Amino acid sequence: MNGTDVRTAEQATAASPSPTTVAFADLASRRRTESLAGLVLLGAAALAAIPALAIVGLLIVRGAPALSLEFLFGMPLHGMTAGGIFPAIVGTLWLVGVSLAFAVPVGVLAGIYLSEYAGEGRVARIVDLAIVNLAAVPSIVHALFGLGAFVLFMRLGTSILAGGLTLGVMTLPVIITSTKAALQSVPHSFRLASWNLGVSRWQTIRHIVLPNALPGILTGIILQVSRAAGETAPILFTGAAFYLPILPDDVRMQSMALSMHVYALVTQIPDVPLEMKYGSALVLVGTVVLLNSFATVLRYYLRRNRKW
Amino acid sequence: MSAVPTPRRKQRRVASAASRYTEKAIEALIYLCGLSAIAFIVAIFVFIGREGLGFLVTHLVEMLTSTDWSPTQDPPVFGIVALLAGTFWCVGLSLVFSVPVGLGAAVFLSEFAPPRLREGLKVIVELLAAIPSVVWGFVGVMIINPGLQAMGARIGLNGLNGAILLALMTLPLLVSLGEDALRAVPETYRQAAIAMGATRWEMVWRVLLPAARRGLLVAVLLGVGRCVGETMAVLMATGHSINIPKGPFDPVRTITATIAAELGETVRGDAHYQALFALGVLLFLITMAVNFVADFALRGRRTR
Repeated sequence: MNGTDVRTAEQATAASPSPTTVAFADLASRRRTESLAGLVLLGAAALAAIPALAIVGLLIVRGAPALSLEFLFGMPLHGMTAGGIFPAIVGTLWLVGVSLAFAVPVGVLAGIYLSEYAGEGRVARIVDLAIVNLAAVPSIVHALFGLGAFVLFMRLGTSILAGGLTLGVMTLPVIITSTKAALQSVPHSFRLASWNLGVSRWQTIRHIVLPNALPGILTGIILQVSRAAGETAPILFTGAAFYLPILPDDVRMQSMALSMHVYALVTQIPDVPLEMKYGSALVLVGTVVLLNSFATVLRYYLRRNRKW
Repeated sequence: MSAVPTPRRKQRRVASAASRYTEKAIEALIYLCGLSAIAFIVAIFVFIGREGLGFLVTHLVEMLTSTDWSPTQDPPVFGIVALLAGTFWCVGLSLVFSVPVGLGAAVFLSEFAPPRLREGLKVIVELLAAIPSVVWGFVGVMIINPGLQAMGARIGLNGLNGAILLALMTLPLLVSLGEDALRAVPETYRQAAIAMGATRWEMVWRVLLPAARRGLLVAVLLGVGRCVGETMAVLMATGHSINIPKGPFDPVRTITATIAAELGETVRGDAHYQALFALGVLLFLITMAVNFVADFALRGRRTR
């Protein structure tokens, strides 16, 4: 059988020598194309990576001199052209806190539903599609929704509560998808073992599946915090104030927010020292990037330490 | 064997009879939250549609034929042609840059990069994805625009500036979705191509790209959806002037930026307010359409 194959190959070569010759003649140019393509693609990857590093680097270089205790923990002065950004930081914490209080329970329970109860049926598909669509709704449309639903319809007024809820709805898909993924990564045999001991569905989830998925869920929550802290458009008309140099102590108040502050300093107020603009942007980017790095590291260790 | 567990189970059941109601309640709550995503999508449409849908229907002809957006004039004019042009001008310009670079980087990460470089680049791309859109606006105003002017652009912000920002913002999406699409191509395709004597590039060009075509198209589609809905960066960096752009250095205004800039000045219920909600409905419908097309394309690939 082997012999036949070889003979056929020889016959083929003898009958039409041209393909082999052509291929060999082409080889040099094919290799050139190969290395050129490699270089071009490397260039594309570099183009995708360099801006991130350049921007973060530039923000650090130009913004770091502004960072000081007075800047981080001081009140803004002279119509925000001097002083610190403390109320903006505290306001962002409030807004993110409200969004967490809403999105974590709803999102985690929804993730449990999708992973443990929904199965593969039609309902599950519709829910999946709804999540994808919810994640893709533009932030300014969320702002309109927040204004219509929370500020006006539910009569919450322009407040931390309304702004935080808007952020919560917006970041819900982040938590749902990460919870679902974390739960689904727990092996099915764990559930089977538990069910076979006569443990009910919910008890199995509560005592077997959730504890094993907890770090993954946590990663999703950190990403939600990072996302909510950086958003500006959804809080423009629902909860954030441009200039309100007091610390909020109630969710019915308005508050400043870090993202809004960066927007205001760049576009609305003249004569802000360059250093302050870069400093505010650096604090925002620093917070978001640190949170994301933390989530990335957590995920990395999770994968490495997984025993199953 | 079977005699032992049975009495225990019965015992348990009796003991937890009361808690079974709690369990039912919890499961009902889980079911409710599970459907919350559907509820919110519907709620979003209802709340913006309530203010904007009627306006959109009654003013559709005016909106789609007039280039004049003067909502505070008497009588007001609500033409959105210039706003649409501004939006798609920025998006189109950004794609010219982001599609080749993003998909090229995806190919590099998936097929050419050694594992360590790949991991490193992915971390950086994730970092790029994490930067908030208001910071991109900041970068556009403070860094890119002075750069463009140094290269000879007119004084002031312009559409190209916004397009560059949109391109940078959609790169991570294109890279990660593009890489997913390439990785979804079975390993046997690669092995077959290499066994035939193809170089790596020939394998990518002749085998992988055609095989991953749908996935890559979906990546670009979702990138477009993201760009169309992007707000803060284009609000801050495109120059905020309503006109139909004739070149990359013309200032433009997008749909999203118009809502963000003007909603604060309107009175609830007046025509201007409703017009802005109508723009919101339009944005909502555009992104929904993009997602359904993408979902349809992906599902087609799976069932094939």
